[in-house]
Amino acid sequence: MRRILFGASVLAMLLAGGAQAQETVKIGYIDPLSGGGASVGEGGLKTYQWIADEINAQGGLLGKKIEILPLDDKTNPQEAVVQAQKAIDAGARFITQGNGSSVAAALSDFVTKYNDRNPGKEVLFFNYAAVDDSLTNEKCSYWHFRWDANSGIKMAAITNYLKSQPSVKKVYLINQDYSFGQGLRVLARDMLKQKRPDVEIVGDELHPLLKITDFAPYVAKIKASGADSVITGNWGQDIALLLKAAADAGLQANWYTYYAGGAGGPTAIKQTGLDGRVHDIAEGDPNTAAPAAQKTEEEFRKKLGISIWYPRAFNEMRMFAKAVKEANSLDPKAVAAKLEGMTADVFDGGQGTMRKDDHQFFQDMYLRSFGALKPGQKFDEEGTGWGWTVKAKIASADTNVATTCKMERP
Amino acid sequence: MLEIITFSTLNGVLYGMLLFMMASGLTLIFSMMGVLNFAHASFYMIGAYFGFEISRRIGFWPGFVIAPLLVGAVGALIERYGLRRVHRFGHVAELLFTFGLAFVIEELVNMIWGKLPVDYRVPPLLDFVAFRLFDTTYPAYRMFMLVTAIAMFAFLMIVLKRTRVGLIIQAALTHPNMVAMLGHDVPTIFMLTFGVGAALAGLAGVIAGPALVTQPSMAGLLGPILFVVIVVGGLGSLGGAFVASLLIGLIQTFAVAINVSLADIVGKGPASLLGELGSVPLAQIAPLLPYLLLVLVLIFKPTGLFGNRET
Repeated sequence: MRRILFGASVLAMLLAGGAQAQETVKIGYIDPLSGGGASVGEGGLKTYQWIADEINAQGGLLGKKIEILPLDDKTNPQEAVVQAQKAIDAGARFITQGNGSSVAAALSDFVTKYNDRNPGKEVLFFNYAAVDDSLTNEKCSYWHFRWDANSGIKMAAITNYLKSQPSVKKVYLINQDYSFGQGLRVLARDMLKQKRPDVEIVGDELHPLLKITDFAPYVAKIKASGADSVITGNWGQDIALLLKAAADAGLQANWYTYYAGGAGGPTAIKQTGLDGRVHDIAEGDPNTAAPAAQKTEEEFRKKLGISIWYPRAFNEMRMFAKAVKEANSLDPKAVAAKLEGMTADVFDGGQGTMRKDDHQFFQDMYLRSFGALKPGQKFDEEGTGWGWTVKAKIASADTNVATTCKMERP
Repeated sequence: MLEIITFSTLNGVLYGMLLFMMASGLTLIFSMMGVLNFAHASFYMIGAYFGFEISRRIGFWPGFVIAPLLVGAVGALIERYGLRRVHRFGHVAELLFTFGLAFVIEELVNMIWGKLPVDYRVPPLLDFVAFRLFDTTYPAYRMFMLVTAIAMFAFLMIVLKRTRVGLIIQAALTHPNMVAMLGHDVPTIFMLTFGVGAALAGLAGVIAGPALVTQPSMAGLLGPILFVVIVVGGLGSLGGAFVASLLIGLIQTFAVAINVSLADIVGKGPASLLGELGSVPLAQIAPLLPYLLLVLVLIFKPTGLFGNRET
């Protein structure tokens, strides 16, 4: 009996080894897995691993399994480039990244140069969250594809919504001091001037990226400025801690954010007690999503204990799988040719298009507010009993902004 | 205006006191043993994690007492079995030892508690609004942090000024060799000082953990500022460390609140000589100011504000 068991276990080990040795499609996931951005980076990694499992369960890509290579870039552009090289050395021909536009710019530049020097060994860069406009404008690259709406689209949605909010009179801008935050404050100033010339901008703050652990001094300043609303593009711990400090100081303001839904954000909002006054802008909403998306959301939460922050990661990977299938090839060049101009179903329902001119994806966007769950809503966030409510849906066609991209095609 | 001055002062003093809790131990160790302890901020981090681990098992208050003691014990053991062995190879070896130690501790914390911030909560007993001023609330927990820091400062002063041990430590601060010549057990004093210094940093971690963020990068974020504090304050001077801590705490907090840029003071013309730096508001260069202060102190008063030994 013991011998049979031994034999069986050896066989099992051999089989497992065989499965491991089988060739996989490697995707380098380059994002912060330590430091101030780690909370969102870890969430993103779990999301990609979940999606890889989903695609693998359906037979993978042309019979090959997807393997996600987690690589920690510490939200640092130089580090990210080193990690990208590591991914390529390990056999990855596709890399994905999202946190930090400065990082994305470095990666896009690296991939473009790499592909110039290594014809026939091209690498594609899938960007799921770095939203600085320049990545699809003056710095655009044929090898870069972006699934998140760019900063201009998001700010246009927020400022359009502000047209219907006459109570907003004094706005405070607080952003992270790097390409994305600097770009955002310019967008906010320009668009507010056009759409709400009566609004007064009472503060325009930049703070170090992911280094502040106590926002109390900043909140004291917001409070003293008399602002009734705050606009911020902060993400990662910078939004969670900012909201936490606002809760501690009892700051009563409307918040218009890009990323209040990320790790720690919902808990902090609940603490502020600002029911329905904290907003974010996203490409999906669990409470109004299509039934298939809600089912995935349920399973996802049950298994991982976090909500789906990145419906766009699903869009990215599913469109990637579709492009591979249509091209009947895993060659990045063939995949890229199929991806540009592709129209596909998006995670929350409806369709989106990858614009050929600049490789920017266009999809329906949702401006949401966070508050106590209303009847019929079944998804809360971080166990707070509060959830998102859609305030405005911006149709894909209305998010179409012009691009200055002049792409060099191979 | 009064509102922002009041709250900036409160926040600045609080941050300064936290800095002092760490800087006091660091400056004692530095001046007595000549060891620039790069791992000192790591004790602060361990304190926060120990506090978190104990608070989720048996509550915040036991953690408040036990965690600093544990950190102190860890510090004493590190001195006894690590630093003392390295000591005979000179200061460079000691420096490298503590430098490496900081990395080892950070990686251990990564391995045990993960890279994400842990959910270290303010105890329910202190989770209320202490007072309301100009329509802004101030959390009770922050008051508690302030009181703890002040109590610790008083305790340290009494030990140093009123006890025999304090007498020897004070003597060792300025004349370490002489104290040894007089037949005191200097190695044990070193071990105790190192342990107490670590425990103080641990205590700072325990109380700062819930208010700030308990995560593996917390040591790295605070470490450099500590060196600024002890250099600005002056070696071997606890009073100097106290003043420098408060100074840096207040400078950083007030700089955030001030929107003035160089161009506003001297006019656009002269300021443009500095390029972009001339037009950047003070709030944006706030994190830089302590280091600027460090450079200025080293140039104009290398002994620090209150020190009497060359750095």
